[in-house]
Amino acid sequence: MSYDRLTHPLVREDGVLRRASWDEALDAAARGFLRNIARHGPDSFAMLSCARSTNEMNYVGQKFTRVVVGTNNVDSCNRTCHAPSVAGLSAVFGSGGGTSSYQEVEDTDVIIMWGSAARNAHPIFFHHVLKAIHKGARMFAVDPRRTGTAQWADRWLGLNVGTDIPLAHAIAREIIHERLHNETFIRRATTGFEEFAEQVEPWTLSVAEQVTGVPKEAIRELAHAYARADRAQLCWTLGITEHHNATDNVRALINLALLTGHVGRYGSGLSPLRGQNNVQGGGDMGAIPNRLPGFQDILDPEIRQRFENAWQVPIQPRYGLNLTQMLEAMAEGELTTCYLIGENPVQSEADSLACVKRLSMLDHLVVQDIFLTKTAQMADVVLPASAAWCESEGTFTNSERRVQRVRKALDPPGEARDDIWIMCEIARRMGHDWHYDGAQEVWDELRRLSPAHTGMTYRRLEEHQGIQWPCPSEDAIEPPYLHGRLWKEDPGPRAPFAVLEHSPPVDLLDEEYPFRLTTGRRLDSYNTGVQSSGFASPLRRGETIELCPEDAAQLGLARGEEVRISSRRGTVVAPVHIDPALRPGLVFMTMHFPDEVDTNALTIEATCPIAGTAEFKAAAVRIEKVS
Amino acid sequence: MIPLQPPRRLIDVEVDGEAVRVPEGSTVLDACRTAGKDIPTLCYGDTLTPKNACRVCVVEVEGSRTLAPACSRKAEAGMVVGTDTARARHSRKVVLELLASSTDLSTTPMAKEWMADYGADPARFGEEAATVAQPPKVDNDLYVRDYGKCILCYKCVDACGEQWQNSFAISVAGRGFDATISTEFDVALTDSACVYCGNCVEVCPTGALSFKTEFDMRAEGTWDESEQTTTTTICSYCGVGCNLTLHVQDNKIVKVTSPHDNPVTHGNLCIKGRFGYGYV
Repeated sequence: MSYDRLTHPLVREDGVLRRASWDEALDAAARGFLRNIARHGPDSFAMLSCARSTNEMNYVGQKFTRVVVGTNNVDSCNRTCHAPSVAGLSAVFGSGGGTSSYQEVEDTDVIIMWGSAARNAHPIFFHHVLKAIHKGARMFAVDPRRTGTAQWADRWLGLNVGTDIPLAHAIAREIIHERLHNETFIRRATTGFEEFAEQVEPWTLSVAEQVTGVPKEAIRELAHAYARADRAQLCWTLGITEHHNATDNVRALINLALLTGHVGRYGSGLSPLRGQNNVQGGGDMGAIPNRLPGFQDILDPEIRQRFENAWQVPIQPRYGLNLTQMLEAMAEGELTTCYLIGENPVQSEADSLACVKRLSMLDHLVVQDIFLTKTAQMADVVLPASAAWCESEGTFTNSERRVQRVRKALDPPGEARDDIWIMCEIARRMGHDWHYDGAQEVWDELRRLSPAHTGMTYRRLEEHQGIQWPCPSEDAIEPPYLHGRLWKEDPGPRAPFAVLEHSPPVDLLDEEYPFRLTTGRRLDSYNTGVQSSGFASPLRRGETIELCPEDAAQLGLARGEEVRISSRRGTVVAPVHIDPALRPGLVFMTMHFPDEVDTNALTIEATCPIAGTAEFKAAAVRIEKVS
Repeated sequence: MIPLQPPRRLIDVEVDGEAVRVPEGSTVLDACRTAGKDIPTLCYGDTLTPKNACRVCVVEVEGSRTLAPACSRKAEAGMVVGTDTARARHSRKVVLELLASSTDLSTTPMAKEWMADYGADPARFGEEAATVAQPPKVDNDLYVRDYGKCILCYKCVDACGEQWQNSFAISVAGRGFDATISTEFDVALTDSACVYCGNCVEVCPTGALSFKTEFDMRAEGTWDESEQTTTTTICSYCGVGCNLTLHVQDNKIVKVTSPHDNPVTHGNLCIKGRFGYGYV
């Protein structure tokens, strides 16, 4: 189905949403927030900020949360995808961004695409990979599925779902045993190598082959190619991060870069490919519970002081709730009001039924969106917003940390208004007389507070077709890669190796639920399908359950036949699609068509304790004929 | 470790009697443009390796037996180039006449101006002149292939193939005058390897490939480029950060392109960036 844009505000009256004027809706939104804050304190409020909207909107959103309400409970859908990458990278290097640039991928010798269907999910990034392949770079694809990416690889390492750490450990052990690790780099720039080496010691190639299902020759080849390369890129996507131990997975990959010195140099680096247009920027702007704008730690008193001076309010000296904790706090009744901007958690969160129940327990829910999504249908107040990328001015930040200008090409439909205008109007009704004359004024305020963005005036962003952070000065452009300091005589804070245990997927396979379900995206569709349903793609074929020819034969299933798919949490019905790129025991679904098939009724809400990301990539399911 | 480009020597070239200085490795076309000379091009693409198919950019190089295609011939120190000599003009005139007599150039930007400038008269080959006229292929909702307008410049094949998209959905089939751009076994696009990125449409110089929106609006007479605005913004889907140029008419997006000099896209997009705007 395709959605119609929201064109006027709605408020709930006698249980139903009815059309309202802007004044009425804004008053109702502000009144509800004030009521809850007065009754239960500022921590009863939470904001989910929008990873699709501009940096400027996210800056104002987190400022609204911290200044107008006075809590740090602000997060975004970052949580469902790359929060572990940010957590892992910042724990090791002090900064949560990918360390390399797209151009460097073209100039590298070895590329490892780990848990990344970039050929379909990030097609234009993959153009850079293809350039490198045509220039002679070797590419390894590590993925349970033989994806479009794997079809371009020199070697495909088809590992069992959730065995990334054993595979990384075996690669590390092989590198150490063959003495291919970079001893100088390890000694000068890292800590914890001895413990790490000890930890990976049991993971011989044979043990790893048994656990991961990858032939030991292939593991050995990848280890040697990566370690011997002059330059190497390690790229990953949600195959690494949508697991219950996702931050450990990320750390396992970072360990490999530390072991070989493949970080902090041109052409060598670590690249998490971000899944939403501005999920990088949302975090950079402080729309996360533990960081202030510029990814500055909220626990640092000096940094807090700087923001308190600028904003003239005290900032709570502790981390707020992340999305996962917010959902728990709703269940506990501690969180009673929520301001959701451009998020659709009812359909995007794992274990979607539980999410609906929790949102319905709120006293006051305000949703600001461009569509009347399933989540918006539950709201007390619905505010129609403009589509950030083409109906407003501002900036987005991409996967290579490049801040680029977003420009207004269209007028929003009906009475829909700009996100920043809406937030300022609510702030004003809550006693803060905010006014911004356009996005640039917001950006200049941010530039004064975030050293990483200080040098990025709108004029320079235009001139350079975007600038990568950090950019502390208006007179210079920094190198395209991060952490060059690691190669200095005195590298500053050392990068720690992580000592990690293998932890298999939480949802165990057994006789009752014998199939491993993994989820992902297709080329022509996107997330919950709200956006991508609006065009007539000749490639679209609706939701299916994809399985390999062997499993289909064993279950006696034909293409197109409807089957019942059940997990320990829910059941859905979908037609069969047979895909020889899958292996026996592994089945695949997308989350693009939740109105027809709610895949997330099957997925498990087992979350990463550090970053809070759910294990979308590994559920145990049973498949039965319907008739 | 940064691969510094070795410093490029500057070389001196003479274009129409004017001295110009260009970096070594530049083409004659670069040198001509540096000198402010406008030379027609069709098969040349700023994001593609020259194919030398159309010969409309030929210039006279002193000491060279034949005319040289400006788009691919490298400039050399001391080269003396004539862009507007009688021989070059005559050659361009004939090339335009041959193309225009066999192919519908009605949507080729600048074609009309060039024909007037070079005095090209395609009608001189008579009514019987062979043409590639054929009905447009409309087999999907995203783009149209109107091969009656195709000059066989190969740009779409290169964009779909190893220079950018690497989908290899189209190639040249047939020989001589009967050569056409075709999917495998000439199947409909929907049965081919096409992934609808539209990167072929982006480089097509004649409008043989066009977006369905543009094709339909032209058919109903509502396509009006003078009423269109273009605004470059960033795609709203994944986190790669592709630059989109939105062509807007009557507050509606009618076409999406990408800047060819952009470091993220080099003018390329995927199906979502190119066509996924329907929801706004």
